[in-house]
Amino acid sequence: MNLKTVNSPPLGNQRSEVPPTETQVRILYYLKLTRELEDRIERKLYRQGKIVGGVYVGRGQEAIAIGSCIDLRPDDVVCPSHRDMGAYLLKGMDLRTILAQYMGRKTGPTKGKDANLHMGSLDHNIIAFISMLGDSVPVAAGIGLSFKMRGQDRVVICPFGDGATSRGDWHEGVNMASVFKCPVVYLCNNNQYAYSTPLERQMAVENVADRAAAYGMPGEIVDGNDVLAVWEASRRAIARARAGEGPSLIECKTFRMTGHSAHDDASYVPPELFQFWEERDPIRRLERNLLKRGVMTADAIDEMQQRINSEIDEAIQQAEQDPYPEPGDCLRDVYDES
Amino acid sequence: MALTTYVEAIRQGIWEEMERDESVFVLGEDVGLYGGAFKVTDGLLEKFGELRVVDTPISESGIVGAAIGAALMGMRPVAEMQFADFIACGFDQITNFAAKCRYRWGAPVPMVIRGPSGGGVHGGPFHSQNPEMYFVHTPGLKVVCPSTAYDAKGLIKSAIRDNDPVLYFEHKYLYRRIKEELPSEDFTVPIGKAIIRRKGRDISVITYGAMVYIALDAAKELAKEGIELEVLDLRSLLPYDREAVLESAKKTSKVILLHEDTKIGGFAGELAALISEEAFDYLDGPIRRITAPDTPVPYSPPLEEFFLPKVSDVVRVARELHAY
Repeated sequence: MNLKTVNSPPLGNQRSEVPPTETQVRILYYLKLTRELEDRIERKLYRQGKIVGGVYVGRGQEAIAIGSCIDLRPDDVVCPSHRDMGAYLLKGMDLRTILAQYMGRKTGPTKGKDANLHMGSLDHNIIAFISMLGDSVPVAAGIGLSFKMRGQDRVVICPFGDGATSRGDWHEGVNMASVFKCPVVYLCNNNQYAYSTPLERQMAVENVADRAAAYGMPGEIVDGNDVLAVWEASRRAIARARAGEGPSLIECKTFRMTGHSAHDDASYVPPELFQFWEERDPIRRLERNLLKRGVMTADAIDEMQQRINSEIDEAIQQAEQDPYPEPGDCLRDVYDES
Repeated sequence: MALTTYVEAIRQGIWEEMERDESVFVLGEDVGLYGGAFKVTDGLLEKFGELRVVDTPISESGIVGAAIGAALMGMRPVAEMQFADFIACGFDQITNFAAKCRYRWGAPVPMVIRGPSGGGVHGGPFHSQNPEMYFVHTPGLKVVCPSTAYDAKGLIKSAIRDNDPVLYFEHKYLYRRIKEELPSEDFTVPIGKAIIRRKGRDISVITYGAMVYIALDAAKELAKEGIELEVLDLRSLLPYDREAVLESAKKTSKVILLHEDTKIGGFAGELAALISEEAFDYLDGPIRRITAPDTPVPYSPPLEEFFLPKVSDVVRVARELHAY
């Protein structure tokens, strides 16, 4: 297999800007937190039967949510998708709440009504996505439209995968956002597989970003495994949106380092692809960068990992003690009960 | 005092709510500059400006999705489907996104989706449908079908003020055929409450939308032969007024369920089940359904005439039931 044909990332990102060093350290923390949390969810809690149903993780793609959302204001909104754990963490949802959600507890944001990352919180400005991927795209346009109506300078970040861009809702949503110049950053994590379907069976254009031209918005391709590149492109798109100049489409080339879900062994993916992308792991890349530039020491990185481990240990313990919903709660909250 | 048409009543209701609450806005195809295909939003653009009267691309799913997004941010969008038939294009956003937000994560979606439904105007298969039952089967939504100008205005106001997504099906046949004097002061009609349009002792006709007038015309004719119909107008289908249905069924002991929607899976099935579960002992005859046949809505006048339930259908079935 020719790796060039599988949408490898652009080489040699020319960066004109990098975030301040304290932001870079924060980015590393959230990358590692996301990785560790999802590892625990998929490789431990799910296999132990403590999480039931479907589990989907974003291993290898963590840089996209984190690079794009690290600088968001609390009043900015994110419409994440199922590989965007980092967005929930950055918007302030705490570990215990997230784990309670996965374990179907009453203390999760859906009180056990829905599973995994299918959760949101208006207090945190996180919109809960649904399984029909791409549906959040026009919703993000409407959120942006409401900001325009109220004269607010808030922005929306709306991530999705390559597969979602085949859906009609995606096209209706980006078109509408562009026609109305809504302050939205559309962020594609092109991980090259939609379940088992490779990119060339998903679309006949080479890049998702090529679709932007059809809607009169800028489309940019970045190396989705380079968190600083994602940060830089997002920063431009956020500034453009906040300035009232309309939406942008950023395509982050990446790779799904797992199956579609925990029950999918991804045997349809050529092993050399995993190897190619393993060498481009976003977390190790940033670590090498920070070590090389003397921003962090190896000991400090180890210490960060230990801290993350114990934060997650504690959150799992708490969430496991949280109560399940009462069976009769099934009947609650279909309509406004106030 | 001037008489207000059904279509004008809807327009007034939206207008007054937009004046009352600046989070209310309208969006849809041709709703601004053109004032809506049926002129329901006529004049709103001049009064409220293009930030609150939004002409959209032809994108029903996009319109609904955008309305959901704005509603999640605390706005109160009123989205128009140019014809209720086109709501099929927004089905997923309505049934999967809007309807389930509150249940899944406690997020209110105070949104109205309205559009002209129903036949009788030779609109053919895609401009005549009654799509209410697709949505009555979706918990989390509310569905209303006004039949009078008073209800049209009172229910659009209630729908806009409601904290859940409301589908508002206005019957296009009634737009300019129905008019009445409306109170000058603010009023609403509660969602979920039926109303008796005509009291009668012999047979209950339970119906909604344009069929209310078919039932009333049949009642007039039958009164001449001493058969007194009670006509109950449901006004809301989700939630619906179970008490009013049961009360009328228990009173007359004979029930005709009438709707313009097709038969299988139509609302009459739900009503028949409710009545047989809760009022079986009161019945003195079979529950009868009068509905459109299970076909698409045809175009040509003789075909559409055949399709739509008629006064003569109600008269015939009422006589049979009366003699039972």
